[in-house]
Amino acid sequence: MSVVSDIAVSEPGNRRWAPGNLFWAALSFAGGIGLWWLATVAGFSELPTPWSVLTRLIELGIDGQLWLDMYASLRRVLIGFALGSILAVPVGFLMGWYNIARALIDPWIQFFRVIPPLAIIPLAIVTMGIDETPKIFVIFLAAFLSAVVSTYQGVISVDKTYINAARVLGASDGTIFARVIIPASTPFILVGFRIGLGSAWATVVAAELIAAQSGLGFRMQQAQLYYDLPTIFVSLVAIGILGLIMDRVVVRVEERLTHWQERV
Amino acid sequence: MAEAKISFRNVAKVFGAGANAFTAIQNLTFDIDDGEIVTVVGPSGCGKSTAMNMVAGLMSQSSGEVLVDGKPVSRPGPDRGVIFQQYALFPWMTVRENVEFGLKLQKLGKVERRQRAMHYLGLVGLADFADSYPKTLSGGMKQRCAIARAYAVNPTVLLMDEPFGALDALTRVKLQNQLLETWSKDKRTVMFITHDVDEAVYIAHRVIVLAANPGRLQEIINVDLPFPRDDEVRLSPEFAEIRNRVWRAVYHRDTEAA
Ligand SMILES: Nc1ncnc2c1ncn2[C@@H]1O[C@H](COP(=O)(O)OP(=O)(O)OP(=O)(O)O)[C@@H](O)[C@H]1O
Ligand SMILES: [Mg+2]
Repeated sequence: MSVVSDIAVSEPGNRRWAPGNLFWAALSFAGGIGLWWLATVAGFSELPTPWSVLTRLIELGIDGQLWLDMYASLRRVLIGFALGSILAVPVGFLMGWYNIARALIDPWIQFFRVIPPLAIIPLAIVTMGIDETPKIFVIFLAAFLSAVVSTYQGVISVDKTYINAARVLGASDGTIFARVIIPASTPFILVGFRIGLGSAWATVVAAELIAAQSGLGFRMQQAQLYYDLPTIFVSLVAIGILGLIMDRVVVRVEERLTHWQERV
Repeated sequence: MAEAKISFRNVAKVFGAGANAFTAIQNLTFDIDDGEIVTVVGPSGCGKSTAMNMVAGLMSQSSGEVLVDGKPVSRPGPDRGVIFQQYALFPWMTVRENVEFGLKLQKLGKVERRQRAMHYLGLVGLADFADSYPKTLSGGMKQRCAIARAYAVNPTVLLMDEPFGALDALTRVKLQNQLLETWSKDKRTVMFITHDVDEAVYIAHRVIVLAANPGRLQEIINVDLPFPRDDEVRLSPEFAEIRNRVWRAVYHRDTEAA
Protein backbone atom coordinates (compact mmCIF):
# COMPACT_ATOMS: atom_id res chain seq x y z
CA MET A 1 0.00 0.00 0.00
CA SER A 2 1.41 3.32 -0.92
CA VAL A 3 1.63 5.89 1.80
CA VAL A 4 0.44 9.47 1.95
CA SER A 5 2.29 12.69 1.37
CA ASP A 6 4.40 11.85 -1.64
CA ILE A 7 1.50 13.29 -3.61
CA ALA A 8 1.93 16.99 -3.00
CA VAL A 9 -1.18 18.83 -1.95
CA SER A 10 -0.44 21.47 -4.53
CA GLU A 11 -0.70 19.01 -7.35
CA PRO A 12 -4.24 19.67 -8.63
CA GLY A 13 -3.09 22.78 -10.44
CA ASN A 14 -1.08 20.61 -12.82
CA ARG A 15 -3.77 18.00 -13.26
CA ARG A 16 -5.92 20.09 -15.50
CA TRP A 17 -6.09 18.81 -19.00
CA ALA A 18 -5.93 21.29 -21.78
CA PRO A 19 -7.79 20.22 -24.95
CA GLY A 20 -4.39 19.88 -26.61
CA ASN A 21 -3.38 17.31 -24.04
CA LEU A 22 -6.51 15.34 -24.76
CA PHE A 23 -5.51 15.15 -28.38
CA TRP A 24 -2.07 13.81 -27.55
CA ALA A 25 -3.54 11.33 -25.10
CA ALA A 26 -5.90 10.02 -27.76
CA LEU A 27 -3.05 9.79 -30.23
CA SER A 28 -0.91 7.98 -27.72
CA PHE A 29 -3.65 5.44 -27.00
CA ALA A 30 -4.30 4.90 -30.68
CA GLY A 31 -0.58 4.36 -31.21
CA GLY A 32 -0.41 1.87 -28.36
CA ILE A 33 -3.32 -0.13 -29.69
CA GLY A 34 -1.77 0.00 -33.15
CA LEU A 35 1.46 -1.49 -31.80
CA TRP A 36 -0.48 -4.16 -29.97
CA TRP A 37 -2.33 -5.02 -33.16
CA LEU A 38 0.93 -5.19 -35.14
CA ALA A 39 2.51 -7.41 -32.52
CA THR A 40 -0.36 -9.89 -32.64
CA VAL A 41 -0.59 -9.87 -36.43
CA ALA A 42 3.14 -10.41 -36.82
CA GLY A 43 2.91 -13.32 -34.40
CA PHE A 44 5.39 -11.89 -31.87
CA SER A 45 3.21 -12.75 -28.98
CA GLU A 46 0.34 -14.87 -27.87
CA LEU A 47 -1.74 -11.86 -26.94
CA PRO A 48 -5.27 -11.78 -28.26
CA THR A 49 -5.81 -9.24 -31.01
CA PRO A 50 -7.48 -5.96 -30.14
CA TRP A 51 -10.33 -7.13 -32.29
CA SER A 52 -10.99 -10.30 -30.32
CA VAL A 53 -10.89 -8.35 -27.08
CA LEU A 54 -13.44 -5.90 -28.44
CA THR A 55 -15.66 -8.78 -29.55
CA ARG A 56 -15.46 -10.34 -26.11
CA LEU A 57 -16.22 -6.98 -24.53
CA ILE A 58 -19.39 -6.70 -26.57
CA GLU A 59 -20.34 -10.31 -25.82
CA LEU A 60 -19.86 -9.89 -22.11
CA GLY A 61 -21.64 -6.55 -22.23
CA ILE A 62 -24.72 -7.94 -23.97
CA ASP A 63 -24.63 -11.04 -21.85
CA GLY A 64 -24.71 -8.81 -18.76
CA GLN A 65 -21.86 -10.67 -17.09
CA LEU A 66 -19.54 -7.68 -17.33
CA TRP A 67 -22.00 -5.38 -15.60
CA LEU A 68 -22.60 -7.85 -12.83
CA ASP A 69 -18.88 -8.19 -12.25
CA MET A 70 -18.35 -4.46 -12.28
CA TYR A 71 -21.24 -4.00 -9.90
CA ALA A 72 -19.92 -6.61 -7.51
CA SER A 73 -16.44 -5.08 -7.41
CA LEU A 74 -17.65 -1.49 -7.20
CA ARG A 75 -20.08 -2.31 -4.45
CA ARG A 76 -17.36 -3.79 -2.29
CA VAL A 77 -15.04 -0.89 -2.90
CA LEU A 78 -17.58 1.80 -2.27
CA ILE A 79 -18.94 0.26 0.92
CA GLY A 80 -15.48 -0.44 2.29
CA PHE A 81 -14.19 2.94 1.25
CA ALA A 82 -17.16 4.79 2.69
CA LEU A 83 -16.96 3.00 6.03
CA GLY A 84 -13.20 3.43 6.21
CA SER A 85 -13.27 7.12 5.39
CA ILE A 86 -16.18 7.92 7.65
CA LEU A 87 -14.35 6.38 10.56
CA ALA A 88 -10.94 7.74 9.57
CA VAL A 89 -11.87 11.41 9.66
CA PRO A 90 -12.99 11.59 13.30
CA VAL A 91 -10.21 9.29 14.42
CA GLY A 92 -7.65 11.38 12.54
CA PHE A 93 -9.02 14.57 14.09
CA LEU A 94 -8.97 13.01 17.52
CA MET A 95 -5.34 12.01 17.06
CA GLY A 96 -4.37 15.45 15.85
CA TRP A 97 -6.24 17.30 18.56
CA TYR A 98 -5.54 15.21 21.66
CA ASN A 99 -2.06 13.96 22.36
CA ILE A 100 -3.40 11.15 24.47
CA ALA A 101 -5.58 9.86 21.64
CA ARG A 102 -2.58 10.01 19.39
CA ALA A 103 -0.40 8.11 21.83
CA LEU A 104 -3.07 5.41 22.20
CA ILE A 105 -4.01 4.97 18.57
CA ASP A 106 -0.87 5.70 16.63
CA PRO A 107 1.03 2.49 17.45
CA TRP A 108 -1.83 0.41 16.08
CA ILE A 109 -1.98 2.40 12.92
CA GLN A 110 1.74 2.25 12.42
CA PHE A 111 1.60 -1.50 12.90
CA PHE A 112 -1.30 -2.19 10.56
CA ARG A 113 0.02 0.19 7.97
CA VAL A 114 2.99 -2.01 7.24
CA ILE A 115 0.85 -5.11 6.80
CA PRO A 116 -0.45 -5.36 3.24
CA PRO A 117 -4.26 -5.45 3.51
CA LEU A 118 -4.28 -8.65 1.48
CA ALA A 119 -2.32 -10.41 4.16
CA ILE A 120 -5.35 -9.96 6.39
CA ILE A 121 -7.54 -11.98 4.05
CA PRO A 122 -6.81 -15.45 5.40
CA LEU A 123 -7.56 -14.25 8.89
CA ALA A 124 -10.65 -12.38 7.75
CA ILE A 125 -12.03 -15.40 5.93
CA VAL A 126 -11.48 -17.72 8.84
CA THR A 127 -13.07 -15.36 11.31
CA MET A 128 -15.75 -13.73 9.16
CA GLY A 129 -16.81 -16.45 6.77
CA ILE A 130 -16.65 -16.47 3.00
CA ASP A 131 -19.39 -14.02 2.12
CA GLU A 132 -18.95 -10.31 1.48
CA THR A 133 -17.82 -9.35 4.97
CA PRO A 134 -14.13 -10.30 4.83
CA LYS A 135 -13.63 -8.56 1.47
CA ILE A 136 -15.35 -5.39 2.58
CA PHE A 137 -13.44 -5.49 5.82
CA VAL A 138 -10.10 -5.66 4.07
CA ILE A 139 -11.04 -2.77 1.81
CA PHE A 140 -12.31 -0.84 4.78
CA LEU A 141 -8.94 -1.34 6.41
CA ALA A 142 -7.03 -0.18 3.35
CA ALA A 143 -9.14 2.98 2.98
CA PHE A 144 -9.17 3.70 6.69
CA LEU A 145 -5.41 3.52 7.08
CA SER A 146 -4.76 5.91 4.19
CA ALA A 147 -7.36 8.42 5.24
CA VAL A 148 -6.59 8.37 8.95
CA VAL A 149 -2.91 9.09 8.45
CA SER A 150 -3.51 12.00 6.14
CA THR A 151 -6.30 13.46 8.27
CA TYR A 152 -4.02 13.36 11.25
CA GLN A 153 -1.19 14.90 9.24
CA GLY A 154 -3.58 17.59 8.11
CA VAL A 155 -4.61 18.49 11.63
CA ILE A 156 -1.11 18.69 13.04
CA SER A 157 0.15 20.76 10.13
CA VAL A 158 -2.49 23.46 10.46
CA ASP A 159 -0.56 26.72 10.64
CA LYS A 160 -0.49 27.92 14.24
CA THR A 161 -0.98 31.47 13.04
CA TYR A 162 -4.51 30.65 11.86
CA ILE A 163 -5.36 29.27 15.25
CA ASN A 164 -3.94 32.33 16.97
CA ALA A 165 -5.73 34.64 14.57
CA ALA A 166 -9.01 32.96 15.44
CA ARG A 167 -8.31 33.01 19.16
CA VAL A 168 -7.56 36.73 19.27
CA LEU A 169 -10.86 37.37 17.51
CA GLY A 170 -12.54 35.59 20.40
CA ALA A 171 -12.99 32.07 19.04
CA SER A 172 -13.55 29.18 21.45
CA ASP A 173 -11.90 25.79 20.99
CA GLY A 174 -15.05 24.45 19.38
CA THR A 175 -15.21 27.28 16.89
CA ILE A 176 -11.54 26.91 16.08
CA PHE A 177 -12.10 23.25 15.40
CA ALA A 178 -15.08 23.78 13.14
CA ARG A 179 -14.01 26.93 11.32
CA VAL A 180 -10.24 26.58 11.22
CA ILE A 181 -8.99 23.04 11.76
CA ILE A 182 -11.54 21.33 9.53
CA PRO A 183 -11.22 23.62 6.51
CA ALA A 184 -7.46 23.92 6.86
CA SER A 185 -7.01 20.17 6.86
CA THR A 186 -9.51 19.44 4.09
CA PRO A 187 -6.84 19.37 1.36
CA PHE A 188 -4.92 16.73 3.30
CA ILE A 189 -8.03 14.68 3.95
CA LEU A 190 -8.92 14.66 0.30
CA VAL A 191 -5.45 13.53 -0.67
CA GLY A 192 -5.96 10.72 1.83
CA PHE A 193 -9.29 9.84 0.22
CA ARG A 194 -7.69 9.74 -3.15
CA ILE A 195 -4.92 7.44 -2.02
CA GLY A 196 -7.41 5.42 0.01
CA LEU A 197 -9.69 4.90 -2.95
CA GLY A 198 -6.72 3.85 -5.05
CA SER A 199 -5.58 1.31 -2.54
CA ALA A 200 -9.16 0.11 -1.95
CA TRP A 201 -9.52 -0.55 -5.64
CA ALA A 202 -6.22 -2.36 -5.83
CA THR A 203 -7.18 -4.40 -2.79
CA VAL A 204 -10.61 -5.43 -4.03
CA VAL A 205 -9.30 -6.83 -7.27
CA ALA A 206 -6.60 -8.77 -5.50
CA ALA A 207 -9.06 -10.00 -2.88
CA GLU A 208 -11.36 -11.27 -5.60
CA LEU A 209 -8.50 -13.15 -7.19
CA ILE A 210 -8.03 -15.00 -3.95
CA ALA A 211 -11.48 -15.47 -2.59
CA ALA A 212 -14.69 -14.52 -4.35
CA GLN A 213 -17.50 -15.86 -6.47
CA SER A 214 -18.10 -12.65 -8.38
CA GLY A 215 -16.35 -9.47 -9.45
CA LEU A 216 -13.77 -8.48 -12.00
CA GLY A 217 -10.93 -10.15 -10.14
CA PHE A 218 -12.89 -13.39 -9.87
CA ARG A 219 -13.70 -13.25 -13.58
CA MET A 220 -10.03 -12.95 -14.44
CA GLN A 221 -9.16 -15.80 -12.18
CA GLN A 222 -11.77 -17.98 -13.89
CA ALA A 223 -10.58 -16.89 -17.31
CA GLN A 224 -7.07 -17.82 -16.34
CA LEU A 225 -8.21 -21.40 -15.64
CA TYR A 226 -9.66 -21.65 -19.16
CA TYR A 227 -6.82 -19.78 -20.79
CA ASP A 228 -9.36 -17.18 -21.90
CA LEU A 229 -7.11 -14.22 -22.67
CA PRO A 230 -9.74 -11.89 -24.17
CA THR A 231 -11.79 -12.04 -20.99
CA ILE A 232 -8.73 -11.25 -18.92
CA PHE A 233 -8.13 -8.25 -21.13
CA VAL A 234 -11.70 -7.06 -20.90
CA SER A 235 -11.55 -7.29 -17.11
CA LEU A 236 -8.25 -5.42 -16.98
CA VAL A 237 -9.59 -2.64 -19.14
CA ALA A 238 -12.73 -2.43 -17.02
CA ILE A 239 -10.60 -2.25 -13.86
CA GLY A 240 -8.49 0.50 -15.38
CA ILE A 241 -11.42 2.55 -16.58
CA LEU A 242 -13.39 2.28 -13.35
CA GLY A 243 -10.28 3.17 -11.33
CA LEU A 244 -9.64 6.15 -13.53
CA ILE A 245 -13.24 7.37 -13.22
CA MET A 246 -13.20 7.09 -9.45
CA ASP A 247 -9.91 8.95 -9.29
CA ARG A 248 -11.24 11.74 -11.50
CA VAL A 249 -14.33 12.06 -9.33
CA VAL A 250 -12.21 12.53 -6.21
CA VAL A 251 -10.01 15.04 -8.03
CA ARG A 252 -13.10 16.98 -9.05
CA VAL A 253 -14.42 17.00 -5.51
CA GLU A 254 -11.01 18.07 -4.34
CA GLU A 255 -10.95 20.97 -6.77
CA ARG A 256 -14.39 22.06 -5.70
CA LEU A 257 -13.64 21.94 -1.99
CA THR A 258 -10.16 23.44 -2.09
CA HIS A 259 -10.50 26.02 -4.83
CA TRP A 260 -9.37 28.62 -2.29
CA GLN A 261 -5.96 27.03 -2.06
CA GLU A 262 -2.94 28.74 -3.44
CA ARG A 263 -1.45 26.43 -6.02
CA VAL A 264 2.24 26.68 -6.52
CA MET B 1 -2.01 59.09 38.17
CA ALA B 2 -4.01 57.91 35.18
CA GLU B 3 -3.99 54.18 34.81
CA ALA B 4 -1.91 52.85 31.94
CA LYS B 5 -3.65 50.92 29.19
CA ILE B 6 -0.93 48.29 29.01
CA SER B 7 1.60 47.63 31.76
CA PHE B 8 4.58 45.34 31.97
CA ARG B 9 5.69 44.89 35.56
CA ASN B 10 8.97 43.10 36.02
CA VAL B 11 8.09 40.62 33.35
CA ALA B 12 10.31 37.66 32.57
CA LYS B 13 9.82 34.87 30.12
CA VAL B 14 11.78 31.66 30.23
CA PHE B 15 11.33 29.01 27.55
CA GLY B 16 12.05 25.42 28.38
CA ALA B 17 13.25 24.10 31.71
CA GLY B 18 16.32 22.77 33.45
CA ALA B 19 19.47 22.76 31.38
CA ASN B 20 17.54 23.86 28.30
CA ALA B 21 15.99 26.87 29.97
CA PHE B 22 16.32 29.99 27.88
CA THR B 23 15.58 33.46 29.19
CA ALA B 24 13.90 35.33 26.36
CA ILE B 25 12.84 38.35 28.43
CA GLN B 26 14.13 39.63 31.72
CA ASN B 27 12.97 42.31 34.08
CA LEU B 28 10.84 44.17 31.58
CA THR B 29 8.87 47.12 32.91
CA PHE B 30 7.08 49.80 30.92
CA ASP B 31 3.65 51.35 30.43
CA ILE B 32 1.67 52.25 27.38
CA ASP B 33 -0.95 54.96 27.91
CA ASP B 34 -4.47 54.95 26.64
CA GLY B 35 -4.58 56.26 23.11
CA GLU B 36 -0.84 56.13 22.71
CA ILE B 37 1.09 54.70 19.78
CA VAL B 38 4.19 52.92 20.97
CA THR B 39 6.60 51.19 18.64
CA VAL B 40 8.95 48.47 19.78
CA VAL B 41 12.28 47.96 18.07
CA GLY B 42 15.30 45.84 18.83
CA PRO B 43 17.54 43.19 17.34
CA SER B 44 16.09 39.93 16.15
CA GLY B 45 15.38 37.55 19.00
CA CYS B 46 15.18 40.23 21.69
CA GLY B 47 11.66 39.15 22.59
CA LYS B 48 9.46 41.66 20.79
CA SER B 49 6.97 39.10 19.54
CA THR B 50 7.07 37.30 22.85
CA ALA B 51 6.20 40.51 24.70
CA MET B 52 3.35 41.21 22.35
CA ASN B 53 1.99 37.68 22.52
CA MET B 54 1.77 38.08 26.27
CA VAL B 55 -0.39 41.17 25.86
CA ALA B 56 -2.49 39.32 23.32
CA GLY B 57 -2.96 36.46 25.77
CA LEU B 58 -1.40 33.94 23.43
CA MET B 59 1.49 33.27 25.79
CA SER B 60 1.92 33.62 29.53
CA GLN B 61 4.83 35.23 31.34
CA SER B 62 7.08 33.22 33.63
CA SER B 63 7.07 35.91 36.28
CA GLY B 64 5.92 39.48 36.77
CA GLU B 65 2.65 40.94 35.56
CA VAL B 66 1.20 41.92 32.23
CA LEU B 67 -1.82 44.17 32.72
CA VAL B 68 -4.37 45.56 30.31
CA ASP B 69 -6.68 48.15 31.84
CA GLY B 70 -5.15 47.27 35.18
CA LYS B 71 -6.22 43.64 34.97
CA PRO B 72 -3.87 40.71 34.43
CA VAL B 73 -4.12 39.20 30.97
CA SER B 74 -5.36 35.64 31.10
CA ARG B 75 -6.56 34.84 27.61
CA PRO B 76 -6.98 36.36 24.18
CA GLY B 77 -10.00 38.54 23.66
CA PRO B 78 -11.56 40.77 21.03
CA ASP B 79 -10.69 43.86 23.09
CA ARG B 80 -7.12 43.37 21.83
CA GLY B 81 -6.87 43.18 18.06
CA VAL B 82 -3.79 41.50 16.67
CA ILE B 83 -2.29 41.98 13.23
CA PHE B 84 0.29 39.38 12.37
CA GLN B 85 3.22 39.73 10.05
CA GLN B 86 2.09 36.80 7.92
CA TYR B 87 -1.39 38.36 7.50
CA ALA B 88 -2.99 35.16 8.81
CA LEU B 89 -6.07 35.58 6.67
CA PHE B 90 -8.11 32.40 6.47
CA PRO B 91 -7.54 31.33 2.87
CA TRP B 92 -10.78 29.32 2.75
CA MET B 93 -12.87 32.39 3.47
CA THR B 94 -13.49 35.30 1.16
CA VAL B 95 -12.23 38.73 2.13
CA ARG B 96 -15.62 39.63 3.55
CA GLU B 97 -16.02 36.36 5.42
CA ASN B 98 -12.63 36.96 6.99
CA VAL B 99 -13.76 40.32 8.27
CA GLU B 100 -17.10 38.93 9.38
CA PHE B 101 -15.50 36.08 11.30
CA GLY B 102 -14.92 38.08 14.48
CA LEU B 103 -18.34 39.71 14.21
CA LYS B 104 -20.02 36.35 13.96
CA LEU B 105 -18.29 35.35 17.18
CA GLN B 106 -19.85 38.40 18.79
CA LYS B 107 -23.23 37.03 17.68
CA LEU B 108 -24.04 39.97 15.45
CA GLY B 109 -26.93 39.51 13.04
CA LYS B 110 -26.26 38.81 9.40
CA VAL B 111 -27.25 42.22 8.11
CA GLU B 112 -25.27 44.17 10.66
CA ARG B 113 -22.30 41.89 10.17
CA ARG B 114 -22.30 42.52 6.52
CA GLN B 115 -22.67 46.26 6.95
CA ARG B 116 -19.82 46.48 9.43
CA ALA B 117 -17.59 44.32 7.26
CA MET B 118 -18.26 46.40 4.17
CA HIS B 119 -17.68 49.58 6.13
CA TYR B 120 -14.22 48.52 7.22
CA LEU B 121 -13.37 47.05 3.84
CA GLY B 122 -14.30 50.41 2.38
CA LEU B 123 -11.96 52.12 4.81
CA VAL B 124 -9.02 50.07 3.61
CA GLY B 125 -10.06 50.31 -0.03
CA LEU B 126 -11.02 46.67 -0.50
CA ALA B 127 -14.77 46.96 -1.03
CA ASP B 128 -14.43 45.75 -4.60
CA PHE B 129 -12.64 42.62 -3.44
CA ALA B 130 -15.13 41.59 -0.78
CA ASP B 131 -15.96 38.34 -2.53
CA SER B 132 -12.43 37.46 -3.60
CA TYR B 133 -10.37 34.80 -1.92
CA PRO B 134 -7.12 35.90 -0.26
CA LYS B 135 -5.02 34.01 -2.80
CA THR B 136 -5.99 36.57 -5.41
CA LEU B 137 -4.77 39.54 -3.35
CA SER B 138 -1.37 41.19 -3.30
CA GLY B 139 0.62 41.33 -0.07
CA GLY B 140 -0.47 44.89 0.64
CA MET B 141 -4.11 44.03 0.02
CA LYS B 142 -3.88 41.02 2.29
CA GLN B 143 -2.49 43.15 5.07
CA ARG B 144 -5.22 45.75 4.55
CA CYS B 145 -7.78 42.97 4.82
CA ALA B 146 -6.15 41.78 8.03
CA ILE B 147 -6.33 45.34 9.34
CA ALA B 148 -10.00 45.56 8.46
CA ARG B 149 -10.61 42.24 10.20
CA ALA B 150 -8.91 43.49 13.36
CA TYR B 151 -10.69 46.85 13.31
CA ALA B 152 -14.11 45.38 12.67
CA VAL B 153 -14.41 43.88 16.15
CA ASN B 154 -13.66 47.30 17.56
CA PRO B 155 -10.72 46.51 19.85
CA THR B 156 -9.43 49.17 22.22
CA VAL B 157 -5.87 47.98 21.73
CA LEU B 158 -4.15 47.16 18.46
CA LEU B 159 -1.18 44.85 18.60
CA MET B 160 0.80 44.80 15.40
CA ASP B 161 3.80 42.51 14.90
CA GLU B 162 5.86 43.81 12.00
CA PRO B 163 2.66 44.23 10.04
CA PHE B 164 4.26 46.00 7.11
CA GLY B 165 7.54 44.08 7.15
CA ALA B 166 6.86 42.09 4.00
CA LEU B 167 5.67 45.03 1.93
CA ASP B 168 7.46 47.27 -0.51
CA ALA B 169 8.51 50.75 0.66
CA LEU B 170 5.74 52.59 -1.13
CA THR B 171 2.91 50.40 0.12
CA ARG B 172 4.41 50.56 3.55
CA VAL B 173 4.36 54.36 3.66
CA LYS B 174 0.77 54.33 2.44
CA LEU B 175 -0.30 51.94 5.16
CA GLN B 176 1.59 53.92 7.81
CA ASN B 177 -0.32 57.03 6.79
CA GLN B 178 -3.55 55.10 6.77
CA LEU B 179 -2.86 53.81 10.26
CA LEU B 180 -2.19 57.33 11.52
CA GLU B 181 -5.28 58.68 9.84
CA THR B 182 -7.48 56.05 11.40
CA TRP B 183 -5.81 56.61 14.73
CA SER B 184 -6.49 60.35 14.58
CA LYS B 185 -10.20 59.49 14.53
CA ASP B 186 -10.45 56.71 17.06
CA LYS B 187 -7.33 57.20 19.22
CA ARG B 188 -6.87 53.52 19.95
CA THR B 189 -3.86 52.31 21.85
CA VAL B 190 -1.32 50.84 19.48
CA MET B 191 1.64 48.59 20.23
CA PHE B 192 3.56 48.24 17.00
CA ILE B 193 6.64 46.09 16.46
CA THR B 194 8.97 46.91 13.63
CA HIS B 195 12.49 46.44 12.35
CA ASP B 196 12.37 49.68 10.45
CA VAL B 197 13.72 52.56 12.52
CA ASP B 198 12.14 55.16 10.23
CA GLU B 199 8.77 53.54 10.61
CA ALA B 200 9.21 53.28 14.36
CA VAL B 201 9.79 57.00 14.67
CA TYR B 202 7.29 58.14 12.07
CA ILE B 203 4.18 56.63 13.61
CA ALA B 204 5.00 56.70 17.32
CA HIS B 205 4.58 58.81 20.40
CA ARG B 206 7.31 56.78 22.00
CA VAL B 207 9.80 54.20 20.80
CA ILE B 208 10.70 51.35 23.11
CA VAL B 209 14.13 49.94 22.31
CA LEU B 210 14.85 46.44 23.55
CA ALA B 211 18.26 44.80 23.84
CA ALA B 212 18.90 41.12 23.27
CA ASN B 213 20.44 38.24 25.23
CA PRO B 214 18.50 38.30 27.38
CA GLY B 215 15.70 40.49 26.05
CA ARG B 216 15.39 43.58 28.21
CA LEU B 217 14.64 47.26 28.10
CA GLN B 218 17.39 49.34 26.54
CA GLU B 219 15.85 52.76 26.29
CA ILE B 220 12.54 54.56 25.82
CA ILE B 221 12.72 57.46 23.40
CA ASN B 222 10.06 60.15 23.20
CA VAL B 223 9.12 61.25 19.72
CA ASP B 224 8.36 64.96 20.07
CA LEU B 225 7.04 65.48 16.62
CA PRO B 226 3.72 67.09 15.75
CA PHE B 227 0.63 65.24 14.52
CA PRO B 228 -0.61 64.86 11.88
CA ARG B 229 2.57 63.40 10.53
CA ASP B 230 3.32 63.81 6.86
CA ASP B 231 6.22 63.96 4.45
CA GLU B 232 7.25 67.28 5.85
CA VAL B 233 7.68 65.76 9.28
CA ARG B 234 9.43 62.76 7.82
CA LEU B 235 11.98 64.95 6.06
CA SER B 236 12.53 67.36 8.92
CA PRO B 237 15.85 67.63 10.81
CA GLU B 238 14.04 66.88 14.08
CA PHE B 239 12.86 63.58 12.64
CA ALA B 240 16.38 62.77 11.52
CA GLU B 241 17.73 63.51 14.94
CA ILE B 242 15.29 61.23 16.73
CA ARG B 243 15.81 58.53 14.17
CA ASN B 244 19.54 58.71 14.78
CA ARG B 245 18.99 58.37 18.49
CA VAL B 246 16.86 55.30 18.00
CA TRP B 247 19.35 53.89 15.57
CA ARG B 248 22.18 54.30 18.01
CA ALA B 249 20.13 52.78 20.80
CA VAL B 250 19.35 49.71 18.69
CA TYR B 251 22.81 49.16 17.30
CA HIS B 252 24.88 50.54 20.13
CA ARG B 253 25.70 47.22 21.71
CA ASP B 254 26.50 45.57 18.46
CA THR B 255 29.11 48.19 17.58
CA GLU B 256 30.59 47.98 21.04
CA ALA B 257 30.86 44.23 20.88
CA ALA B 258 32.30 44.23 17.38
N1 LIG C 1 8.03 28.88 21.67
C1 LIG C 1 9.33 29.13 21.92
N2 LIG C 1 10.12 28.18 22.46
C2 LIG C 1 11.41 28.43 22.73
N3 LIG C 1 12.03 29.59 22.48
C3 LIG C 1 11.31 30.58 21.96
C4 LIG C 1 9.92 30.40 21.64
N4 LIG C 1 9.46 31.56 21.11
C5 LIG C 1 10.50 32.40 21.08
N5 LIG C 1 11.61 31.83 21.60
C6 LIG C 1 12.93 32.45 21.76
O1 LIG C 1 12.74 33.65 22.44
C7 LIG C 1 13.52 34.67 21.89
C8 LIG C 1 12.66 35.85 21.52
O2 LIG C 1 11.81 35.47 20.46
P1 LIG C 1 10.86 36.53 19.76
O3 LIG C 1 10.13 35.80 18.69
O4 LIG C 1 10.05 37.22 20.78
O5 LIG C 1 11.91 37.52 19.12
P2 LIG C 1 11.65 38.84 18.26
O6 LIG C 1 12.21 39.96 18.99
O7 LIG C 1 10.21 38.91 17.90
O8 LIG C 1 12.54 38.52 17.01
P3 LIG C 1 12.27 38.92 15.48
O9 LIG C 1 12.61 40.34 15.36
O10 LIG C 1 13.23 38.05 14.74
O11 LIG C 1 10.85 38.61 15.19
C9 LIG C 1 14.25 34.06 20.71
O12 LIG C 1 15.57 33.78 21.08
C10 LIG C 1 13.51 32.81 20.43
O13 LIG C 1 14.39 31.82 19.97
MG1 LIG D 1 9.11 38.67 16.09
